Amino acid sequence: MARRKNRGVKHRNTKPRDAKPNDAKPNAAEPAHTVGSGTTDSATATDSGVSDPYAATSRETTEGRVYTVTGGDWDDVLDDWRHDERIVVNMGPQHPSTHGVLRLVLELEGEAVTQARSVIGYLHTGIEKNCEYRTWTQGVTFVTRADYLSPLFNETAYCLATEKLLGITAPRRAQVMRVLLMELNRIGSHLVAIATGGMELGALTGMTSGFREREEVLHLLEFLTGLRMNHGFIRPGGVAQDLPEGYDTKVRDFIKVMDSRLPDYDWLLTGQPIWKKRLCNVAYLPLDGCLQLGVTGPILRSAGLEWDLRKVEPYCGYEEYDFEVPTSTDADGYARYVLRVEEIHQSLKIVAQCLDKLEPGPVMVEDGKIAWPAKLSIGADGMGNSLEHVRKIMGQSMEALIHHFKLVTEGFAVPPGQAYSAVESPRGELACHAVSDGGTRPLRVHLRDPSFVNLQSLPAMCEGGLVADVIAAVASIDPVIGGVDR
Amino acid sequence: MTRAGKNRKNNGSKNNNDKGLAPGLASSAELTSAQEAEHEDRGGVVAGRARQGMFNVRGSGDTSGYGGLVLPAYVPPPAQRPYGGGFDELTDELLDAMHERGVPAEAIQQVTVDRGEITYYVRREHLVALCRTLRDDSALRFELCSGVSGVDYGSEVVQRLHSVYHLMSMTYRRRIRLEVAVDVDDAHVPSVVEVYPTADWHERETWDMYGIVYDGHPALTRILMPDDWDGHPQRKDYPLGGIPVEYKGAEIPPPDERRAYS
Repeated sequence: MARRKNRGVKHRNTKPRDAKPNDAKPNAAEPAHTVGSGTTDSATATDSGVSDPYAATSRETTEGRVYTVTGGDWDDVLDDWRHDERIVVNMGPQHPSTHGVLRLVLELEGEAVTQARSVIGYLHTGIEKNCEYRTWTQGVTFVTRADYLSPLFNETAYCLATEKLLGITAPRRAQVMRVLLMELNRIGSHLVAIATGGMELGALTGMTSGFREREEVLHLLEFLTGLRMNHGFIRPGGVAQDLPEGYDTKVRDFIKVMDSRLPDYDWLLTGQPIWKKRLCNVAYLPLDGCLQLGVTGPILRSAGLEWDLRKVEPYCGYEEYDFEVPTSTDADGYARYVLRVEEIHQSLKIVAQCLDKLEPGPVMVEDGKIAWPAKLSIGADGMGNSLEHVRKIMGQSMEALIHHFKLVTEGFAVPPGQAYSAVESPRGELACHAVSDGGTRPLRVHLRDPSFVNLQSLPAMCEGGLVADVIAAVASIDPVIGGVDR
Repeated sequence: MTRAGKNRKNNGSKNNNDKGLAPGLASSAELTSAQEAEHEDRGGVVAGRARQGMFNVRGSGDTSGYGGLVLPAYVPPPAQRPYGGGFDELTDELLDAMHERGVPAEAIQQVTVDRGEITYYVRREHLVALCRTLRDDSALRFELCSGVSGVDYGSEVVQRLHSVYHLMSMTYRRRIRLEVAVDVDDAHVPSVVEVYPTADWHERETWDMYGIVYDGHPALTRILMPDDWDGHPQRKDYPLGGIPVEYKGAEIPPPDERRAYS
């Protein structure tokens, strides 16, 4: 009995590679035995002074060391199997089911997860540090790459913080455009959440449909802003340029397409028994857990709190729009899926309202010391400063040339101080904490990314559950590693 | 700062006033060096770094005034009552609750109201007790800790490292900011994980990036950088890195070696 106890302790506390090199036991040499199979352990046998008749032996041959593993007592084997099936599984960072370069270290007891830890940092790109070496306007192109599924939200949070520091407000048309773009972006992001979630749970048609619809969103965003992702379109003081000709028809066509295709998701997933079995009562996180762990977004709303910054702390004029904040009290993965689909419907509603609210007007503040001096236009060599502007600064006005040069290379100075502004991204509270020392570059830009915070709730959601449900939990959190690691 | 910059700053404060904030809430004008010294004697907080010259010219014999221009570090002005914007009631409630729970009033070093946001500069000894008060008192109820992040104001600033906490009361729908300033040689701040478990990863990130040690954190390890990394990358004296790039015969230096205008 003493031997068994010792062995149990040893297996629990030491890694197999810590075994003595001279240990003539297979578990020292073969990684396969790290799972704690029924081999005996000579170290403990020697300690207790009793020779083990079933101990494996080894001998040196010309071919290398050869082990002889003999049979054992079934009691021992079953004892090991029952009590010592602790497996530490490393999932990721290159695993298709961990949502990007997320690494999970799971401790399993059979199929049950006893401990889960997420390891992050594989996509750390130093975005916050880089922002400190660029002008405030250039910062946009960095922050947009943080959470790459919701670039327009990153830009808006950053620009709202910058505008707060400057004490300016973007003109109305720019605000409506921001809302329009953010809601389109929210649709795209939720579609990816559903698509990748479907793929991870084996619903491949969910994946193909989700990405098909998302492609519609990306086409539309490309038409409106010039780029599919990482737009760099929302700038401190407004937006980069006005909407192109024919945007109204394009957006309305998009709404029609989405209205016709969204019911497919109900057919495909919402009522589907396998989908429900995989997600109902899985990844449960009640309201108190959410608040303790700082979780926001669909996860918090699935726990029953109607918390949406668009309603409780309106920005960009969200108080004017008519939309609902769907909630649920189930607090499980299925509720989060249902909420995301419903939020897509609500976003389409907001997009339609934006079209009605768009009135002609400036899209950038009037202040020539902040607004970009040139209009952009498409030339033979791609997009650039309009010819008219180049003609003016090169041929007519030296002052305009100096002004252009200084604003573009030096940037505008931002009065010292700090500001924090938050927006409701598809994943929750996305905020930017910007600090200025009065210069033309930020002293500090911090992004409070909802993925980073929400990912902390993973152990609370899946410890004690089954290993297959870990995947469902990650899918329901919908972390974007670009935002987690920044 | 140029005249244009000054004008814009004035415009900025005017805009703030238009939005209904109480007067004096906009960022203050620069303090003279005498004022700054006096402020430091009082144990004040510096939240900015001294900036040299419009064009950052050093030792070039430039007599235009640009090279020799030194702007003092920004010192956030202590707010005067009334703060406006509901911050008076909030601060009164906070002081009452602190009194009830035996947290001394000196825990709050300074109050600053700027751009419609209130910042409490806190002495680190009382940080955890203060957070617990903010979370549990029925008149305060700051249930959500939005985040913890660090700021480094540069090597020449006293107490250059700041640990910044953004708290949100979902019940009363208001936000506050707590800020703890520490010296780089004694970069220790008590951990608030026991009050706000969500601060776990945030504090790890701030340790990783700024080297602020959160005493009492359950497992203060690096989170974004590899475990064996040397240094704390977001400190101002940690180089950004990068290599010069050649473009059409000209060499463009890496971003942290390019000319800085501020």
